[in-house]
Amino acid sequence: MSEFVFEMDNISKEFPGVKALDNVSFRVKKGEIHALVGENGAGKSTLMKVLSGVHPFGSYTGHIRVKGEEVQFRNIRDSEHHGIVVIYQELALVRLLNIMENLFLGNEVSKNGIIDWHEAFVRTQQYLKEVGLNVSPETRLINLGVGQQQLVEIAKALSKNAEILVLDEPTAALNEEDSKNLLKILRELKSKGVTCIYISHKLEEVLEIADSITVLRDGHSIHSQGVHDDGGMTEEKMINFMVGRKLTSRFPRKEHKAGEVVMEVKNWTVYHPELIEKKVIDNVSFQIRKGEILGIAGLMGAGRTELFLSLFGRSYGRDISGEIFIDGKKQTFHSPRDAIRSGFTYLSEDRKEKGLVLGMDILSNTTLSSLEKVSDHGVMETFDKQVVKAGVINYLKEVRITNHYVKQLQIKTPSIEQKVKNLSGGNQQKVVIGKWLMTEPKILVLDEPTRGIDVGAKFEIYNLMNELIDNGVAIVLISSELPEVLGMSDRVLVIHQGRITGDLPWQEATQEKCMYYATGGK
Amino acid sequence: METRNKSMSQIIISGFKTNINQYAMFIALIVVWLIFQVLSGGEFITPRNLSNLLGQNVYIAILAVGMVLIMVAGHIDLSVGWLGGTSGAVAAMAWSGWHWNIWAAIALALSVGILTGLWQGFWVAYRGVPAFIVTLGSFLMFHGFILLAVHNGQTVPVQSGVIYQFGSGFLPQLFLKGTVGKDVPFHDLSLMLGVLAIVLYWVFEFRSRANRLKFGFDVLPWALQLGKIILVSILIAGIFAIQTFYVGISYAFLFLILLALLFVFITTKTVFGRHIYAIGGNKEAAKLSGINIRSRTMWVFIIMGTLASVAGLVFTGRMASASPAAGNLWELDTIAAVVVGGTSTLGGEGTIIGAIIGALFMGSLNNGMYLLNWDIQYQYIIKGVILTVAVWFDITSKKRR
Repeated sequence: MSEFVFEMDNISKEFPGVKALDNVSFRVKKGEIHALVGENGAGKSTLMKVLSGVHPFGSYTGHIRVKGEEVQFRNIRDSEHHGIVVIYQELALVRLLNIMENLFLGNEVSKNGIIDWHEAFVRTQQYLKEVGLNVSPETRLINLGVGQQQLVEIAKALSKNAEILVLDEPTAALNEEDSKNLLKILRELKSKGVTCIYISHKLEEVLEIADSITVLRDGHSIHSQGVHDDGGMTEEKMINFMVGRKLTSRFPRKEHKAGEVVMEVKNWTVYHPELIEKKVIDNVSFQIRKGEILGIAGLMGAGRTELFLSLFGRSYGRDISGEIFIDGKKQTFHSPRDAIRSGFTYLSEDRKEKGLVLGMDILSNTTLSSLEKVSDHGVMETFDKQVVKAGVINYLKEVRITNHYVKQLQIKTPSIEQKVKNLSGGNQQKVVIGKWLMTEPKILVLDEPTRGIDVGAKFEIYNLMNELIDNGVAIVLISSELPEVLGMSDRVLVIHQGRITGDLPWQEATQEKCMYYATGGK
Repeated sequence: METRNKSMSQIIISGFKTNINQYAMFIALIVVWLIFQVLSGGEFITPRNLSNLLGQNVYIAILAVGMVLIMVAGHIDLSVGWLGGTSGAVAAMAWSGWHWNIWAAIALALSVGILTGLWQGFWVAYRGVPAFIVTLGSFLMFHGFILLAVHNGQTVPVQSGVIYQFGSGFLPQLFLKGTVGKDVPFHDLSLMLGVLAIVLYWVFEFRSRANRLKFGFDVLPWALQLGKIILVSILIAGIFAIQTFYVGISYAFLFLILLALLFVFITTKTVFGRHIYAIGGNKEAAKLSGINIRSRTMWVFIIMGTLASVAGLVFTGRMASASPAAGNLWELDTIAAVVVGGTSTLGGEGTIIGAIIGALFMGSLNNGMYLLNWDIQYQYIIKGVILTVAVWFDITSKKRR
């Protein structure tokens, strides 16, 4: 028997017009945590889909051997039969069912078609214990945080007797604490002999947890090594393998001069939309200055997103109180439209669900918030107010403006008529940014602007932020990646349980200090 | 540049594949017509039958226009049948029963539709009740109203006046005098309109091609472009010829064409139209983009309600009477037409032209099976199967793109 738990040799896979995998080899030793890294579109997900039988035997070329035995998976069931379980970025759990129902979904503990709930309960308890989740098996998924749901997914994999666990961006949606916990659980699983394939964009995390690293680029396997071999792996080395070029710095920090106060929020309080008693934002006051990047740090659930969503035309929460001043003038935003008109815009952390209309093209998405700028007015003057404001779209103007943003933001696409669902994550994000730039904002809130996008595109977005600052826009940067907040911001606000607990200029803001405030230190 | 190395047939095949959805409806329609032509021994494709076919389905096509907006916005409207029937009945009652001025009667019928649109829009947009439930409620209410309005299975006659003309009348001859087919060979005004339509289509097609080239967008290769122009021209010519060599174009048909053009414009060229597609495509994103979803949704329902009343008036005029059965199953015929015409049941996608061709397709099935004297029970079964298969085909061909 070979030392490898599985080997994938010379795997090639073509989609119409694209060679997604080109002669890729990937070998993983038993009981190790093996990180698979690469830019978006490098072929990581495709490779895992080949491994798990989503792309069945025959749709690719090459060989897969599990524990030395040649295998040909026709579907996911086949691969799970060999102990391979994939946990995808988007969790595949039914939110309205409880943990034990989810755990055995499609695999129920039953006799003659009748479910043995007692047995299921006992077994679920055992698996939850293994992943360190201390809740009742009867808790509905909807009542769990993202980090806990992630652990349920792992418990589910264990219930299928997973020997090879593939995790695709498991910490993308997790805060630092939950991420740490997840990594701890993975180490425990490793000690029990479970092999892990760990796909992540968070290189720091990769270095922390992985025993070996394989880098993919443009469908090729570029490099594979043990973390401590060859003088040790570093983030810089990994990035070089991933992009094939050297990045001088991960964060292009530039000195900015903060100008006058452009927005001020006073005594902002927001209650939870469902839990009536719960204050999500508690009496928050702060200022945003022209020409500065204001970083917002805090753990997941601290209320960062909720604060800015509620400011953005009451898009979150209930019983909202407090005052907003833009350029010293008091404003009341009843809807996102009011906020946009006053120059306050918010880029959502969830670009697919809340940022883009995926079935529409780049053109329509770019101009969606500012159609009045590309329209001829007055055509329907007797119609209702909104239609008067913006009447007939001038296609020529629309195309020109869209082309302008496609060029400025370096959106890679064959045509502005391309549907955004066909673009990569980075290019999708640029389209959303283009949409907000077109509204000519005074304050641009970027909520997790680099989540799930590749290193190259991240860097472009950082540069763009600096460029916008030079043009007099104020930027609010919300991010779960502390290095990003620290690396880009001029000033950092730390939020803990709906309150601002720290306000630090960037020179003073260190990882330790931010964590201290984020965990409620005073 | 790549295309230079390909042969002409390859270009045509690849161009066809990428545009298969656009052509699939046309082809399906032609295939259905040819099948009925053969089965009926040549009775289907005659000016007389096809003129009837077009006239019979105008009211469904009018409803389909409104239903595209409703479904693109992610909703549904089940009330359009009985609402249309009731509107027609109300107009008929007001005119022939209460001796109102005909225009007042029409205004009354339209206000029934507008008010219903307001009512439904209020519940859907401002109170968050699912459209399926709200319009199911109206469906029941209006079934009640029409039975109240037209008692005991009687009918209210409407055998002259504007409503009758609107549903049953034809455009006058301009220069020629006499009956088409007997005294004169064709209907001159219809011929002129047909020629005008083709010329306008050419102008539109060439202008849009020039614009797309100017923007650097993909355009069809010339061979395909010419093929498309010829095909569509033949189709337009055919539709006008049918009527030119029968009794001419009906007012209802002319109205439908103008209505369709108006709504093609609204859906493709206006901010309102763009917003509807964005709302249906991703409601959350549309909201956070600053679109007033409530107001837009309200307007969509008002438009639908109004068009339902218009459809009811056309139908009443065509039948020359209002009956308590007017409106029965219209909503389902309409939804079938819209969905067969490529509108997504999930919202965000759909075209006016597609829906009208869909209405023509479903109407052709009705007409053909009636012509062949098939029993009504088999007609329902066949329509059900074809609806399912047509939508399956639409979904799979969209996936392939």
